[in-house]
Amino acid sequence: MTHRGILAGTLVLGAVLAGSTLGAAGIPKDKEAVEHALNRLAYGPKPGDVERVQEMGLSNWIDRQLHPDGIDDSALKARLPEQPERPAQFADQMEARRWGRQSVQALSAEKVVRAVYSERQLEEQLVDFWFNHFNVFAGKGRTSEWIADYERHAIRPHVFGKFRDLLEATAKSPAMLFYLDNWLSADPAAAERQQELQQQRAARLGVANPNRPQPQGQQRRRGLNENYGRELLELHTLGVDGGYTQKDIIEVARAFTGWTIAPQNQKAAGQPGVPFGARGRRPQLAPGAVQEGEFRFTPMLHDSGEKIVLGHKIKAGGGIEDGEQVLDLVARHPATAHHIAFELAQRFVSDEPPKALVDRAAKKFRDTDGDLREVVKTIITSDEFFSARGAKVKTPLEFLASAMRATGRDMPGDGRQLLNALMQMGMPLYMCQPPTGYDDTAETWVSAGALVARMNIAQRIAGPQQATSIGGPEFQRR
Amino acid sequence: MTSTRRVFMKSGAAAMLSLGFAPGFLTRAAAAADARKRLLIAVFQRGALDGLNMLVPFGEADYYRLRPSIGIARPGRDNGAVDLDGFFGFHPRMAPLKPLWDKGMLAAIHACGSPDSTRSHFDAQDYMESATPGVKSTRDGWLNRYLQAINSTTPLQGVAVTRQTPRTMQGRAATLAFPGVDEFAVRDTMGSARAIEDSYSRTTDSLLSASAREAFQAMGVLQKATAGSYQPANGADYPRTPFGRALQEIARIAKADVGLEVAFAESTGWDTHVNQGSDNGQLAGRLDDLARGLDALTRDLGDRMADTVILTMSEFGRAASENGNGGTDHGHGNAMMLIGGPVNGGRVHGKWPGLAPEQRFESRDLAVTTDFRDVFAEVVTAHLGADRSALPKIIPGYAKPRPLGIIKT
Repeated sequence: MTHRGILAGTLVLGAVLAGSTLGAAGIPKDKEAVEHALNRLAYGPKPGDVERVQEMGLSNWIDRQLHPDGIDDSALKARLPEQPERPAQFADQMEARRWGRQSVQALSAEKVVRAVYSERQLEEQLVDFWFNHFNVFAGKGRTSEWIADYERHAIRPHVFGKFRDLLEATAKSPAMLFYLDNWLSADPAAAERQQELQQQRAARLGVANPNRPQPQGQQRRRGLNENYGRELLELHTLGVDGGYTQKDIIEVARAFTGWTIAPQNQKAAGQPGVPFGARGRRPQLAPGAVQEGEFRFTPMLHDSGEKIVLGHKIKAGGGIEDGEQVLDLVARHPATAHHIAFELAQRFVSDEPPKALVDRAAKKFRDTDGDLREVVKTIITSDEFFSARGAKVKTPLEFLASAMRATGRDMPGDGRQLLNALMQMGMPLYMCQPPTGYDDTAETWVSAGALVARMNIAQRIAGPQQATSIGGPEFQRR
Repeated sequence: MTSTRRVFMKSGAAAMLSLGFAPGFLTRAAAAADARKRLLIAVFQRGALDGLNMLVPFGEADYYRLRPSIGIARPGRDNGAVDLDGFFGFHPRMAPLKPLWDKGMLAAIHACGSPDSTRSHFDAQDYMESATPGVKSTRDGWLNRYLQAINSTTPLQGVAVTRQTPRTMQGRAATLAFPGVDEFAVRDTMGSARAIEDSYSRTTDSLLSASAREAFQAMGVLQKATAGSYQPANGADYPRTPFGRALQEIARIAKADVGLEVAFAESTGWDTHVNQGSDNGQLAGRLDDLARGLDALTRDLGDRMADTVILTMSEFGRAASENGNGGTDHGHGNAMMLIGGPVNGGRVHGKWPGLAPEQRFESRDLAVTTDFRDVFAEVVTAHLGADRSALPKIIPGYAKPRPLGIIKT
């Protein structure tokens, strides 16, 4: 109690929340505040939720949501659709594609089920936020094969962790490496060296003519690919106005040369008798090579010359640590703190979040070395958060999940039946093509066609009484 | 003067409509003044069309060297190409479009494409739809930017007959995307449609009430104008495929005179890496769907084709040589087609770069001699009538689009 009292006192003084428990002061207690929190931090209230949260206290509920490991979510487990297991190897590219499609379907259904039924609602909101921040598109080539793994292992474990860890997990994920082409990026000189070697090897084994056009998705490594370098700076970290130059992009791209996907006998793929994706002999790793899961650092493809990134020198002669140094640099750059703070505030508060709040959240990011739990806490316990009721328009996923929750009805089937509705509203899950992810502002989601779709979906999932409110204007906001 | 009048009539009628008492004749007049003006129908062939087998350079010896098993035979041989100009010919399944060529209503442009060398479907479609090759941060599509530039007043000016708004049509200007007119309706499954509609007219939420008003207006106009079942005119026989249905819906909306200026449809299945076939087979099936669909659309639109241009496009072409699986891998330059009265047709436009090894892009693909943005620029200015000064807004970052002479002036 005394402890609480002291904390509350600090809050009254307007200081930023500290410690792992929330103080009770500063968090309003009224019903509207509870509804607001459930609309923003969760996918809307289920029948009885408002009363339950009021009973346990809103600040207590927020605190629990910030520490989801302590929330029992076993009821969810029973509802999760079965996920197809990834075979050790694929017979051919067609089978790999087919599996990728099935996997994305199952993952999409799982996402809807989680949004509706998970007790760890803030975690689900944040997984959605961070996936979208580090968006990959299931429709690009082989990306779909790795998407489930990407969400499970690169995104989800880090949403309450350190930004630097989250960043590295995405940088090394096959999904991101493939989607933004970094797996193909190589020091042009090194690429020539490697090609020679491949030609010699091919001549020795008497297999494929290496000059033959390569099948899709197996393009020869031609040289430097700036795609990841650019998006890393523009979208993942510093932000478009983050003060970097085209030269920085190239230097960053050079630092990431050799960050690739462990070859699954790519050279032999498609050749008779060699199953696609077969590991074959366990390759002997070259000195300096690193393998973590399907991530591979290949020194032969790496440009080990000196680089200057954002004014910092990265010494010549480096290997995988060149890219890691870049991650250190950009994760701790003040522009990144601001960019992430802005996006989180835009997600949780308003399309144009108050500057003072963004500044406070950015400072928290810098002070805590990018502790995402602390940054989120700063935002969702702020006065600005509580005074922004109804300021956001729900995304189609938020609309659908909150509608399902509001009805209190049991979901038909295992979630797959609702995926079509998301497509009709323009938000097919895992199918956002540009690396920017889905936009999180009202103008994106409010259009004539989309509203009509919402009205029809409301009538499809709710009874006559509720359809009117769920299809109506108030329900489109959160 | 006329353009000022047009704008006035448009916004005047729209304002009255929104108040709910526009006299019918004025609504119709305003709509007709626009709708009968000019129409662009964009057709996106997703997956990378093999332009070298759609528009066959049979006069090029290297073509047959590169494609020994999938090449289309010279005109006059069994299942040979349909001769167009002594050098180029249509794939035999494109024959339904030959009469349009003969009438001077169909032009093609070969070796057309992007200055960006990407062979990723994803990037290349993105670049073509945003019309900013090499720039990924562009949020809106080029046809939406056209609608922004003319300050479009109703979402009925831009309709995509697709489930999702395609990238080409995304952006600030209000557009519609639906798979068919009949799907664009609030269904009264629970007897609550009326109550839902009413709740939007009562709300003080201006963003939602404005969008809802837009939706209800467009819906009302469209439903009234398209009431009853649709009968294609002039014996037009659309293929019973998703593409055929989409084209029929476009004709239906165009003929409803509700102000349609840009329409969008897509055709899929062009990614022919394996067993694409020659005069028959996979690609032939896709071309059959394309040609029969476009033939039906032009018949159905009848004299409206005088003010209409159909533009076909695909993200990039396919490699000049066939691969080891009887298919073609991702390439570079490609062919686009333009059909309609305003088209300077009966010609293959563009500079043919040849298919000899040293003439090919990266020694494997048909080179690009015409930037696809030149085609877009000409269509929006010479056909749709946008001012050239608006081009930097519609096609940003492209300093000087080259006039091509594909649209009659």
